[in-house]
Amino acid sequence: MKFTLSWLKDHLETDATLDEIVEKLTMIGLEVEEVDDRAMFQPFTIAKVVSAEQHPDADRLRVLKVDKGDGELIQVVCGAPNARAGLIGAFAGPGTYVPGLDVTLSVGNIRGVDSFGMMCSERELQMSDEHDGVIDLPEDAPVGTPFADYAGLNDPMIEIGITPNRPDALGVAGIARDLEAAGLGKVKTPSISNIEGKFPCPIEVKRDFAEGASLCPAFGLRLVKNITNGPSPKWMQQRLIAIGQRPISALVDITNYMTFDRGRPLHVFDADKVAGNLTVRRARAGDEVLALDEKTYKLGPDNCVIADENGVESIAGIMGGEKSGCDENTKNVLIESALWDPMNIARSGRDLGIITDARYRFERGVDPAFMMPGLELATKLVLDICGGEPSDVVLAGEVPTPDLVIDFPISEVRRLTGLEVDDAEIHDILTRLGFGVEGDGAVIKVLVPSWRPDVFGKADLVEEVMRIHGLNMIEPQPLPALDAIGKKILTTLQIRTRSVRRSLAARGMAEAVNWTFIPKAHAELFGGGKPELSLANPIAADMSDMRPSLLPGLLAACQRNADRGNGDVALFEVSDTYLSDDISGQMRIAGGVRRNTAKLDGSGRLWSGIAENVDVFDAKADALSVLSACGMDVKNVQIEAGGPDWYHPGRSGTIKLGPKNILGTFGEFHPKTLKAMGVSGVLCGFEICLNNVPEPRRKATRTKSPLVISDLQSVKRDFAFVVDKDMEAVKILRAANGADKKLIAQVSVFDLFEGPSLGENKKSVAIEVTLQPQEHTLTDSEIEVISAKVIANVEKTTGGVLRG
Amino acid sequence: MSELDSFESETLANIEASNDEAALEAIRVGVLGKKGTLSARMKTLGKMTPDERSIMGPALNALKNKVNEAISTKREILQDLAIAERLASEKVDVTLPVRPSPADVGRIHPISQVMDEITAIFADMGFSIAEGPDIETDYYNFTALNFPEGHPAREMHDTFFFNPDENGERKVLRTHTSPVQIRTMETQKPPIRIAIPGKTYRQDSDPTHTPMFHQLEGLVVDKSANIANLKWVLEEFCKTFFEVPSLNMRFRPSFFPFTEPSLELDIQCDRSGNEVKFGEGNDWMEILGCGMVHPNVLRSGGLDPDVYQGFAWGIGIDRIAMLKYGMPDLRAFFDADVRWVNHYGFRPLDMPSLLGGLSS
Repeated sequence: MKFTLSWLKDHLETDATLDEIVEKLTMIGLEVEEVDDRAMFQPFTIAKVVSAEQHPDADRLRVLKVDKGDGELIQVVCGAPNARAGLIGAFAGPGTYVPGLDVTLSVGNIRGVDSFGMMCSERELQMSDEHDGVIDLPEDAPVGTPFADYAGLNDPMIEIGITPNRPDALGVAGIARDLEAAGLGKVKTPSISNIEGKFPCPIEVKRDFAEGASLCPAFGLRLVKNITNGPSPKWMQQRLIAIGQRPISALVDITNYMTFDRGRPLHVFDADKVAGNLTVRRARAGDEVLALDEKTYKLGPDNCVIADENGVESIAGIMGGEKSGCDENTKNVLIESALWDPMNIARSGRDLGIITDARYRFERGVDPAFMMPGLELATKLVLDICGGEPSDVVLAGEVPTPDLVIDFPISEVRRLTGLEVDDAEIHDILTRLGFGVEGDGAVIKVLVPSWRPDVFGKADLVEEVMRIHGLNMIEPQPLPALDAIGKKILTTLQIRTRSVRRSLAARGMAEAVNWTFIPKAHAELFGGGKPELSLANPIAADMSDMRPSLLPGLLAACQRNADRGNGDVALFEVSDTYLSDDISGQMRIAGGVRRNTAKLDGSGRLWSGIAENVDVFDAKADALSVLSACGMDVKNVQIEAGGPDWYHPGRSGTIKLGPKNILGTFGEFHPKTLKAMGVSGVLCGFEICLNNVPEPRRKATRTKSPLVISDLQSVKRDFAFVVDKDMEAVKILRAANGADKKLIAQVSVFDLFEGPSLGENKKSVAIEVTLQPQEHTLTDSEIEVISAKVIANVEKTTGGVLRG
Repeated sequence: MSELDSFESETLANIEASNDEAALEAIRVGVLGKKGTLSARMKTLGKMTPDERSIMGPALNALKNKVNEAISTKREILQDLAIAERLASEKVDVTLPVRPSPADVGRIHPISQVMDEITAIFADMGFSIAEGPDIETDYYNFTALNFPEGHPAREMHDTFFFNPDENGERKVLRTHTSPVQIRTMETQKPPIRIAIPGKTYRQDSDPTHTPMFHQLEGLVVDKSANIANLKWVLEEFCKTFFEVPSLNMRFRPSFFPFTEPSLELDIQCDRSGNEVKFGEGNDWMEILGCGMVHPNVLRSGGLDPDVYQGFAWGIGIDRIAMLKYGMPDLRAFFDADVRWVNHYGFRPLDMPSLLGGLSS
């Protein structure tokens, strides 16, 4: 909402400075977004043309000598037909920015003659569209003074952002009312008197909503005949231009002026182009209208229209029709002031894609009580500016009278804001804002004015008192502490999310935050793409489906980095995936991808060693580190060969806890998956579902189990077994461990060998068994017994043999 | 000079002249060994008269000690030399680079870091952290939050929709974290103090808007929480979060469907240069919206607005991260460019805490 300072002062008697007004507007909730002090117009000076000679080389140019008040004559080449000796106009020297041309002047040379500035037209100063000649001022115009002061171009423009709840502030008069309530002056909006009709209005208005609720509670219309629709007066044009509106003709400018002055949109029809009576109704299938924006709109029953015998003439409350529009030949005008259903206007405007100042106001709610006064004021402006003779007013329907009364306990102000405001001041503020106040006890009755559709209840009245009394009067007060020392505030899942992030970053990975919506094709590759997880209105085609996995986003990110020259990347994300559109389908996943040589110990080439390409075991280590960061003992999980089909079938694994609970998967990626995604390089990745990691068992105390350490020295023995190539190491380890659960403290694989000497499809797995005696140092024969048992157990379980 | 004197000086000179431990050992054997020259002299003592012996005995023993001492001194010198020589040969170029530790390479994304900072602050004020689903029903995202059907305020949200289900209901990607207010009130009795960080979505894309972004919602509901408390909480939060000694703040009236009265908070700053500086300048920057929970919202949560009252606020996490740490473009947050993450990200062990002053 834009207006100028002088415009505001039409409605508000005030001594406040521009700065004070701006500050106050913001502090009462009418946030000032921009102030243009019009300094741009200051360099233009009133100057007199002393002589005007014909340009030696151009028929239509003259060479002027201009005096801007200091007696010095400035040479200016000018093409305006009215440029002549004695003319007084607006002069701009070199260096001046001319807004109408969007040019900063410099010293010019036109056909061999130097020119040191220009005499300006109204268009060049954005005063009007006039460009037939330069500005021609009366003889008494004060030469040498700023033109802006003389012409009123120094009127500061203020733009405020109006929140959707304040349609009353979409007119300058409403803004003045708020400022008065806030103590910044006295409202002096001129009162409106009814204009008596000279004859009956020949046109009837029918509201036809047979099939449902009326979309038009009331409709006022009046004919003014024998008018002249020339340009509107300068003051009106200047104000409209100042707020970015283009003056068109007196009738159109009057409706625009009323929109911004009083927040009352109107419509004018050229009465001679209207056939028969007017009907307000829903549009019918097949109805269309050529609107004032010169576009044709196809209408339907959801749109409300004003029609005559020829069809639709106007889209109600949104935009008029071209056919019955007013132009310079209009002799008789119909002025419409009506009320529309806000929801219908909002929906119609949105569906038709039309944004107008009228729609903007009607969908937020105009003051119903001002419908008829608005029509009277518009009539007065038409009569004053265009002349003519008014008819009686036709009123169809009934103007509703809002009569909401709120029982308002005055203590609500303190209860909700902490403010101590005198009862008298509360009364006063509400009264100045136009509320009716009755009673003076603890609970008063407050009548909501017709222009405040946003006020429903007590809290709304508290807001009114608070914003006018002053938000800055509220002293901050500490929130009482709940406990002396803060309690645990995070859930297990939140704690794990945080630890896992830090833990993966500490493994050299960089955290990514990827879009949760991914291309449909990617979602399908990773088990997603369900219709209920597909957006109806994605912002881009490749952001269409909720991700079923973090991996496609991470793989795509790896490729983007590779394309930028960073091929060795390790990325992770700890965030959500979506298996259904239900709350239970949102899973907290930790996922990561390593590309090329981005291994834990470092990537790329270094003099001390060249990093190898990543593989399934890098992904496995990352995955297990996640479980470890969640507080799990990774010895308790089972690793099974194979995983989902986006992984390499022989180089992937599934991590389980028990037969049913799948904690996660890891592996190298399937080449077909990578190809389908357009991703290249050596890539491995993992995902762990943090929701599936069980809650830690709650113990009564924080005491740890007692530490038992033996003073006796441990003994290590090595064994190598030749087994079938596809024998899983975990089976050998388990068999060795089972030989003596008490004495065997640890078993590890320290070597793996495959070669022709072992025979076809065989491999050698070498293990180290650590024996930890508990009671006495083991004798050689005791060790022999255990060794034999280890060998027997492993050979029996795996079918392998001890390597000789 | 006696013959013994010349033997002594010759022997000591040989010892001194030896170049390595082997030569020294050869001298020792040659002099002190079983058949050594000094050992041979010692053997002659037995054949001497007692008078001769009383002179030669001490003389030879003294000489033996002297030679032993000279050998051991020389041996030490030679050993030192040998070590020095070996060490010299073992010299490496210590300026050669080493691999950094993984914890020095990895990075935490600024959004996670800022969420941890926020959590640290609100934990101190007794808030719990609540979460909710990204895919919401129209009821939780709008209706329960006092957005009437068809209200222009709904339009302002640029909502992402899913396709309608068999009942004609269409789910949405939540446009704010406020649905969690309702979900919390439905399951938890006041007093409620929660902070709700999470992903939110709107159909928007430019340098300061992305279709997915992060919001932090706060909710306090009890029997006394008012705007004075709200101002305190937010002022303390802003000062602590931005880590500036003083911050000029301005609350002004505004409008949100789910709060009444509604306010916005501006921070005074200097926007004249490339970066925004707080605590100076003449510009105001809007950083959050807040207000008293609307009576209709309390009712949606099953609470009587004449008994319970409270306040709520919503702040853009990405936005305050940009303001605090100076990233110019929001879109880069979601690009996973390692150059960006390495530059703007945080070291994994830099856990924000109030004792450490959040980021210092």
